[in-house]
Amino acid sequence: MKLKQLEGLLGDLQQFSNPKAELEQYPTGPHIASRILFTAENSFGDVSNKVVADLGCGCGTLGAAAALLGAEQVIGIDIDSQSLEIASQNAEDLELDINFIQSDIKNLGWRGQIVDTVVMNPPFGTRTKGADMDFLFVALKIASQAVYSLHKTSTRDHIKRAALRDFNASSAEVLCELRFDVPQLYKFHKKKEVDIAVDLWRFVPKDNQGKEGKDT
Amino acid sequence: MKLLTHNMLSSNIKGVANGFPLRIEVEKATEKQVELNAGFLRNVFPMIEWKALVDAAQLPEVADSSMLDSDFLNKFHHALLELHLEKDALVCPETARRFPVSQGTPNMLLLEDEV
Repeated sequence: MKLKQLEGLLGDLQQFSNPKAELEQYPTGPHIASRILFTAENSFGDVSNKVVADLGCGCGTLGAAAALLGAEQVIGIDIDSQSLEIASQNAEDLELDINFIQSDIKNLGWRGQIVDTVVMNPPFGTRTKGADMDFLFVALKIASQAVYSLHKTSTRDHIKRAALRDFNASSAEVLCELRFDVPQLYKFHKKKEVDIAVDLWRFVPKDNQGKEGKDT
Repeated sequence: MKLLTHNMLSSNIKGVANGFPLRIEVEKATEKQVELNAGFLRNVFPMIEWKALVDAAQLPEVADSSMLDSDFLNKFHHALLELHLEKDALVCPETARRFPVSQGTPNMLLLEDEV
């Protein structure tokens, strides 16, 4: 699938009708979503035939992009039932088979490093301090191959240190810097639109396989 | 929700030693055909907790990767990817707490005293 085609399909998806500020619900635009997944697949082969999880999936844009690029199974996880309803509808509209789970990322019960790739546009931690780190921590616990994530450029050093030193990453690389256009969604937004500098990260988790023994 | 997803989810209630696998209470289940991808099945097989899949679907009790040829592959594929739980619940194996499933989506949100 070509990038433009992917971007076009994602542009038709429904987005948050009633975004909740405390959850930092912002739509991941089709421009940014298509480029993240395109890079993940074409530069690293992290999407097609893989199990991909979209943490904090919201309306499911990243997960849908992964499915469109050939992920064998996509799992979308979010805390908010309204978003999950929209995400389910979006998946149905595009005839994509995506499994959704409603859960708080902080206490997600997961068996181990069983998904191949995590893609996410997590909260930046502006409403709930440390939310971005909670997501990164969990992502590196459940992914066996790679984690793609967006974080504010201003937190770059902090993210790198946490990932490598505390969260079990064997590598942490900024693939590129992007502008995340934040529309005037909430009452506290003074400007009509604002561009935030974000880094697209690719983290590789260390192998935790030894811990989770498979019993036969 | 496919059994592939069920094979990854566990109960994370405070005090639970091993919340995997969740028991399944079926009120509504459907079957959806999915194209068989042998390469994917071979790759995902070692990641699967076999007993949990066996208990959830009808499969031979013991399995190893040497068995992954046509007939067994079909059964594995069918169980893992084609059975869908639409309703009703996943149940914590230790506390029997029910996590409701509606329209295929489980609600794993914990209550305040479960965290």
